[in-house]
Amino acid sequence: MICLNIDGIAVEAGEDMTILEAAQSVNIRIPTLCYMKEVNEIGSCRMCVVEVEGMNKLPTACNTLVKEGMHVQTKSERVIEARKTILNLLLSNHHRGCFSCPQNGECELQELCYEYGVEESRYVGTRKKIERPVKDSHPFLCYHPELCIHCQRCVNTCAKVTGRKAITLGKTGMFNIIEAPFGADWDTTLCESCGNCAQACPTGAITEKRKKNYRGWETKRVRTTCPHCATGCQMDLIVKDNKIVDVEGADGPSNHGLLCVKGRSASFDFIDQEDRIRYPLIKNKDTGEFERATWDEALDLVASKFTELRENYGGEALAGFACSRSTNEDVYMLQKMVRTVFESNNTDNCARV
Amino acid sequence: MTNTIYDITHESDVIMLVGSNPEHAHPVIGMQIRQAVEKGTKLIVVDPREIDLAKKADIHLKLRPGTNVAFANGMMHIIIEEGLLDEAFIHERTENFEAVKEAVREYTPDKVAGICGIDADILREAARMYATADRAPILYCLGVTEHHTGTEGVMSLSNLAMLTGKLGRPGCGVNPIRGQNNVQGACDMGASPNQFPGYQNIIAPGIVEKFEKAWNTTLNPNVGVKATDCFPKMITGEIKGLFIFGEDPVRTDPNTAHVIHALKSLDFFVIDELFMTETAKLADVILPGRSYAEKEGTFTNTERRVQRVRKAVEIAGETRPDTWIFTEIMRRMGYPQPHLTPAEIMEEISLVTPSFGGISHERLDSKEVDGRGLQWPCFSKDHPGTPIMHEGKFSRGLGYFRPAEYKCSVELPDEEYPLLLMTGRILYHYNACAMTDRTEGIHQIAPESFIEMNTNDALKLGIRNEEMVEISSRRGTIAAKAHVSDKTREGECWMPFHYIEGGANWLTNDALDGISSTPEYKVCAIKVQKIK
Repeated sequence: MICLNIDGIAVEAGEDMTILEAAQSVNIRIPTLCYMKEVNEIGSCRMCVVEVEGMNKLPTACNTLVKEGMHVQTKSERVIEARKTILNLLLSNHHRGCFSCPQNGECELQELCYEYGVEESRYVGTRKKIERPVKDSHPFLCYHPELCIHCQRCVNTCAKVTGRKAITLGKTGMFNIIEAPFGADWDTTLCESCGNCAQACPTGAITEKRKKNYRGWETKRVRTTCPHCATGCQMDLIVKDNKIVDVEGADGPSNHGLLCVKGRSASFDFIDQEDRIRYPLIKNKDTGEFERATWDEALDLVASKFTELRENYGGEALAGFACSRSTNEDVYMLQKMVRTVFESNNTDNCARV
Repeated sequence: MTNTIYDITHESDVIMLVGSNPEHAHPVIGMQIRQAVEKGTKLIVVDPREIDLAKKADIHLKLRPGTNVAFANGMMHIIIEEGLLDEAFIHERTENFEAVKEAVREYTPDKVAGICGIDADILREAARMYATADRAPILYCLGVTEHHTGTEGVMSLSNLAMLTGKLGRPGCGVNPIRGQNNVQGACDMGASPNQFPGYQNIIAPGIVEKFEKAWNTTLNPNVGVKATDCFPKMITGEIKGLFIFGEDPVRTDPNTAHVIHALKSLDFFVIDELFMTETAKLADVILPGRSYAEKEGTFTNTERRVQRVRKAVEIAGETRPDTWIFTEIMRRMGYPQPHLTPAEIMEEISLVTPSFGGISHERLDSKEVDGRGLQWPCFSKDHPGTPIMHEGKFSRGLGYFRPAEYKCSVELPDEEYPLLLMTGRILYHYNACAMTDRTEGIHQIAPESFIEMNTNDALKLGIRNEEMVEISSRRGTIAAKAHVSDKTREGECWMPFHYIEGGANWLTNDALDGISSTPEYKVCAIKVQKIK
């Protein structure tokens, strides 16, 4: 156990803890931008700098380990000034078209600039000299380099979390650049379209294209379970005006915030599609065409035909299959229906197929 | 799964993946396996195809499709021969080991190498790597079960885990990665011809009586017919009326022509559906149900974890909750079923299903559970659920070794149909793709069916990569684009089954597993021709 002092508070921390983790353990907030626990601890943005007694430089709290007797200040004048300078530098290369940015209101850079009162950069961005095309040929994802702060959250999410390594860090001259696989050659890259990079991006640099269709503050979130495979990923449906406009991965026990392309991008468009069946339909025997019916007409027909078959041939001439895509409650009631009124155990689900 | 996704991907030394392509079929599990491999976990892939994970694997046994039982018996032979078995575990926790020991005696590495088309030394290496690892889970999927000997395939993998004492501990176990979101739940909830909810067997004494009392009615005590066995009975007229809730067997069952014939033979066919699927088109009545985002409820994932599903939207029209539909049919057929909310239905489930005894919506939504769901068995309101099964003791008492013999697939290539076809899933679609195909971007990325062919086979037939070809089996003919590579072995092909055009199930064989009645989707004989 290591004893240190943070902002005048005595803190006990584990030997392998960083200053950031030690501060978090006593609810002291140190702002971060590039940091993602165990994924991106490279201290590249330097937003988490703190002042440590006896050290000339301001170390980054996210990747500096605690030491016995350390005195740390997280909010000293020097620290605040340093963070303002960092934001100024980041902003000098950041296109400040926040009004038209899909991340407006959810951008971590915007939030920190607001908190530290940084509106305009006092520097001229050096990156403005290099040519950085927008990459938006991918069906779902796009990359806007002029919004990128090169924090590498996307690179390390793709490398360490999804394990795919489809987004890489490149170099042009002296600059690190993000090689996002969303350009014209997107379909020849390793990208699996999962969008976990977009979820990790603190700014609007990598986004799902559909994000431009809503503003975060107009929406509500509904926590649910993904409807595709049996991994059971937890996710939030993002709902605007009774329509699902997006999905975000939630920290569930089996997915830890991750989603795949189906969960993130193919789990909601179908819901209110024009071709949803919205009314009971009965097939006209003469024409072979389906005709709209009332619920009473349809249910009375269903009940009377099944009753007739059951009475004439016995319950074992009837069967009812449940759906492995539907809920437990639905399936329970379906098998109860087959057993109680079909008087049959001919019930099954699609587990065999 | 006996274990959790977390422990098998974060606390294991070796992962053995058999007949499973999680990067496509269960992508978020695939991602966690890739993470594990990056961090040093060893990986054994047992799969007839060069799946992406095979490239990251320490060992890839690219075995002939349909030879899993021989493979597992060969592994056991080597483990016994080299004394790598866990004798204490076998002695204390299991029974009937001698029968399996006897059965695997003849599965020498050379013999198994011949059956499976693999190298005997690499099989030995795999056996040593698996057996000597402290923690090693077996993960398997439909590559094991979708054979006429699928059940034997599962049993032999269970034997392998018991032989090496790899059950009842973190980072171990026998772990089927189940298919659909709630296929585990659908089985748990008793949509099964021989079991009531919670796997309570109809023929076990007192079970029918228990449900008669709970539901206040008399029940049919005879074991019912499995879904795949129902289709032939529709043709013979033994089954005359059918209610399907949300399935599309025309697309997903084998031998499409036979399925259509069966459904057309019915006197009365009702479907509860979201879309006009190929199956719905054949119905007499279609009842419009609701999707997962339009209702409350729960799904149970592959690790037996019951998690909440919550209503987010309502759509225009007169759709109804599916439970309302079933309740109305019950009422109109004379059973006084009250209308219940999903939470009330879960209360009823917990009363009649011991393994769900402690599960309720209220508890799932509580601070105690904290959004982590509950893993059954969860017997009472103060039971924490069961992340790892068979800890200390198997649920049946002693683990039972059941010997399994290798039998070749029902329909193997011959002169007329010289190639072997396997089917499976791709990353971008789910099953009949009623949901996924309605997203434009998905359609753009994965628009059409294809057949993976080995380079040498393509060369012999004069087929170029990306060329449309005609594919036939004894049951049907379709066309699809050829993807020529060495992903499959020579003489073997692979197709996804998602698509309407070029749907693989026009070709697949409806031969069934003798115990589970699961069709042999993974092996049938085909021929591929250039389109003239």
